[in-house]
Amino acid sequence: MTTVVLNRRILVAAGGAILVTGVSGLLLPARAQGLAPTPSMPGGSNNYRKGAPTVDRIGRGGFLMTGTVRRAGDGAPLAGQRIQIWAHTTEGQEHEPQSHGATLTDSKGMFRLEMPQIVPIFGQPHGHLAYDSGEFETVFLRPVMRSAKDTSLEAHFVLRPV
Amino acid sequence: MARVTLIWAALATAVCAPIAVAAASPQLAWRNPVYIAAGFAGIIALGLMLVQPMLIGGYLPGPSTHRARRAHRWIGGALVMAVVIHVGGLWIANPQDVIDALLFESPTPFSVWGVIAMWAIFAVALLAALRRRLGLRTWRIAHMVLAVVIVAGTVVHGLLIEGAMETVSKAALCALVLAATMKVMADLWVWRKRATAR
Repeated sequence: MTTVVLNRRILVAAGGAILVTGVSGLLLPARAQGLAPTPSMPGGSNNYRKGAPTVDRIGRGGFLMTGTVRRAGDGAPLAGQRIQIWAHTTEGQEHEPQSHGATLTDSKGMFRLEMPQIVPIFGQPHGHLAYDSGEFETVFLRPVMRSAKDTSLEAHFVLRPV
Repeated sequence: MARVTLIWAALATAVCAPIAVAAASPQLAWRNPVYIAAGFAGIIALGLMLVQPMLIGGYLPGPSTHRARRAHRWIGGALVMAVVIHVGGLWIANPQDVIDALLFESPTPFSVWGVIAMWAIFAVALLAALRRRLGLRTWRIAHMVLAVVIVAGTVVHGLLIEGAMETVSKAALCALVLAATMKVMADLWVWRKRATAR
């Protein structure tokens, strides 16, 4: 027969052990992962058209879409990544080809593409962006403008290698 | 007589002014006709929601109680049609966003309120068709509860949307719809309590 002796000292030691293993178990993998990848936003892929052409400007311009593309984990900027952009603008509806275009990130992982003014549709003035080149996991973003009068919008990607 | 004219003119203004202001919205230039029609079906439905409590509460001078109730039923049918045109039109214009909304997967905070109000309107129509079988008491309670859901859902849905409606006229119409609904609910409640006390 074994008797289990429970006293305060044992409880404190056991509690401390659980706390140390438990908390470090929760924290360490997160630290190892570093910068978390950006999840796709609900509705982000709506009216997406595969393979929109890379352009200098969508339509006649007047509105600026900017953002950054970084690698998950170390946060390194990713150059030469193709980002696809589309929205309901003064020059076309969201699903129409002339509302779509793509651009590449520069050496600092930044992109900027001029496009026509985004106007509210389906109740919100918003844009759509996609990374879908395959080297990293596909991400669809759907940022909303603070005001319909804004003339720029930004979106940031943190991509996880496939 | 002047009072009668004034009340009807006020109601007509409350319903029609927001529609007229929305019809002048610059947003319409960037939209296709189906989307515009769908949007206005929604605006008209909001306007009809002001007429409904006014009719059933007997606040409008002129029609007898019987005729006011008949008008309330017809307008109820018109509301169902307006919702079908609203959702159906948006579906044709932009199917992916509407499917997300109907499945409660949309990122837009207002669509969930609109979809709840839509189902509540359909439920009232169904219960109205079955009201003889339900019994008057059950029907009344169900209709009142659903009416609260419809009005609350529609008002939140409308206020959160950035669209063709102009902000002030939209807020004013929403406030009137809420006030008329609360007034008719309070009056019916008092009336019912008096009836049971007797």
